[in-house]
Amino acid sequence: MANSILADKRLRFFFSAWWLVWMFIQYVILRQIHIDDKHAVIDSVVSNFLLAAICFFISNNMKYYLPRQEKYWYILVTSLTLSGIWMLLQHGTMWLIFREEDSYYNTIRSSWSIRYGAGFLLISSMSMFSLLWYSQREQKEMDARKSEAEHLTKEAELFKLRQQLQPHFLFNSLNSISALTGSQPEKARHMIQQLSDFLRGTLKKDDQQWNTMEEEIQYLRLYLDIEKVRFGHRLQTEIILNDVVLSCKLPALLLQPLVENAIKFGLYDTTGDVLITLKAAQENNYLKIMIQNPFDPETSQPLKGTGFGLSSVQRRLFLLFARHDLLNTQKNEGHFITTILIPQPK
Amino acid sequence: MKVIIIDDEPLARSIVKEYLQSHTDVDIVAECNDGFEGMKAIQQYEPGLIFLDIQMPKINGFEMLELIENPPGVIFTTAFDEFAIKAFELNATDYLLKPFSKERFDKAMQKYLNHPVSAPSHSVIETAAKSVGQQNRIVVKDGNKIKIIPVNQIHYLEAADDYVKIVTAEGTFLKKRTMNFFEQSLSVYHFVRIHRSYIMNTQLLTRIDAYEKDSHIVLLTTGDKLPASKTGYVKLKGVLGI
Repeated sequence: MANSILADKRLRFFFSAWWLVWMFIQYVILRQIHIDDKHAVIDSVVSNFLLAAICFFISNNMKYYLPRQEKYWYILVTSLTLSGIWMLLQHGTMWLIFREEDSYYNTIRSSWSIRYGAGFLLISSMSMFSLLWYSQREQKEMDARKSEAEHLTKEAELFKLRQQLQPHFLFNSLNSISALTGSQPEKARHMIQQLSDFLRGTLKKDDQQWNTMEEEIQYLRLYLDIEKVRFGHRLQTEIILNDVVLSCKLPALLLQPLVENAIKFGLYDTTGDVLITLKAAQENNYLKIMIQNPFDPETSQPLKGTGFGLSSVQRRLFLLFARHDLLNTQKNEGHFITTILIPQPK
Repeated sequence: MKVIIIDDEPLARSIVKEYLQSHTDVDIVAECNDGFEGMKAIQQYEPGLIFLDIQMPKINGFEMLELIENPPGVIFTTAFDEFAIKAFELNATDYLLKPFSKERFDKAMQKYLNHPVSAPSHSVIETAAKSVGQQNRIVVKDGNKIKIIPVNQIHYLEAADDYVKIVTAEGTFLKKRTMNFFEQSLSVYHFVRIHRSYIMNTQLLTRIDAYEKDSHIVLLTTGDKLPASKTGYVKLKGVLGI
């Protein structure tokens, strides 16, 4: 429910000032047609006070009932009616005050058409203003709700995209730990440590949605160490970057799924040793990261091998930057290369 | 009893080995990194039981089973629980979800010793193999080698007794399977059975000529000419939308 117009301090002040101005105007007019001071004051105060009350009523009424269809007719009819009611109230009050003085009461009666016109003008302006104010208000609230809903959906989607890659990795790692427990308990303990650190990184709240490359590489090394324990000598990795790149920023947990994809692709598409290479550099206002893995051009499907890992990263990049051109893949002599560009915040 | 462990993760193999130590009558004859090695080892040693991972390099565990004439007893060991149902359809002795306990492992062994299982039918294996992903390919045995044929490289298939001939640019491969099986599984890849004995890749079609009464000759871009029966011709027209 919208607050009423007069809950706003500034508008309340304006509303009061407005009626004081009208009282003054009416007073001046009455004085000009040679009404004495006392009568002019009473008349302008009483009639404007009643009119203000009616305007307050109609405005407040719209807080609860905002006409949607035929709203201009609604304003016309209510304004006409309320102006009539105002006339009656005014006459009644004046009669109570001035019934002893026939002459002034007659003056009031003979000016009814002007009064009615002025009343109608003010009441209809007030209702029109209220209508617009409340409509705009409603629209604003709707927009806010809508953008809030969109924001939540986006957050949820991002969260899901970040989470999706875990379970198989987790269970296979636990299996490796289980195997190490018997033969090399020290190593098992070390791997539990690494796995915990890795998982903690994954669960980190997204109030830190952007991390430095240094943090992300550190996190990535944890992941790579675990994978190397799992796959033994088959998996080798190489990370090539300079110090400048370490301070570049990128969305959290974006790098790991890319590398995971490269490892899976490399390990499952070939039977030999697999070297995964990651190169990072700063180019113009972008952080450019290339990840390379071997594949078998004879058996892998023509560029269908992007896999889930890449499509989720692409989706994330789109949600973050509204661009589709930040992730690219190419094939080169048995190597599959994934390149991403991260626009750097200024 | 001879046993083979097939898993691409060394530690995953080592835990199976460790758990097997208490089973004195077991002899681990081979440990394999992938399906290729696995298939060779199975042919060489003819084990009674294998421990098989599903997600492995090149060909998955199901695809490997498909290539073996008389599969031994199988206990699957995998982190993927989504294939459990398929595995049991294959008459697998058991399905161990990684990481598994010694007790669970022993139970699986007991199960095998109580009922050394009969081999599942090949069509069931093939259906299972397709469920793992990479469905757009066919794995065949070519002599002692394993050949992976991407579906889009197949020109056509021809019936040959108990086998189906798979014709590609690289040559012809035989697979023990029915025409009906391929007709169904390849229909999503634009393959149509145009004749009792022929299934063609419609993406290679260049021309259709009338031939005798009620039959046609279909020409492929590869130069092959295939006969189309009356019903086959109707099916082909349906797929092409003419």
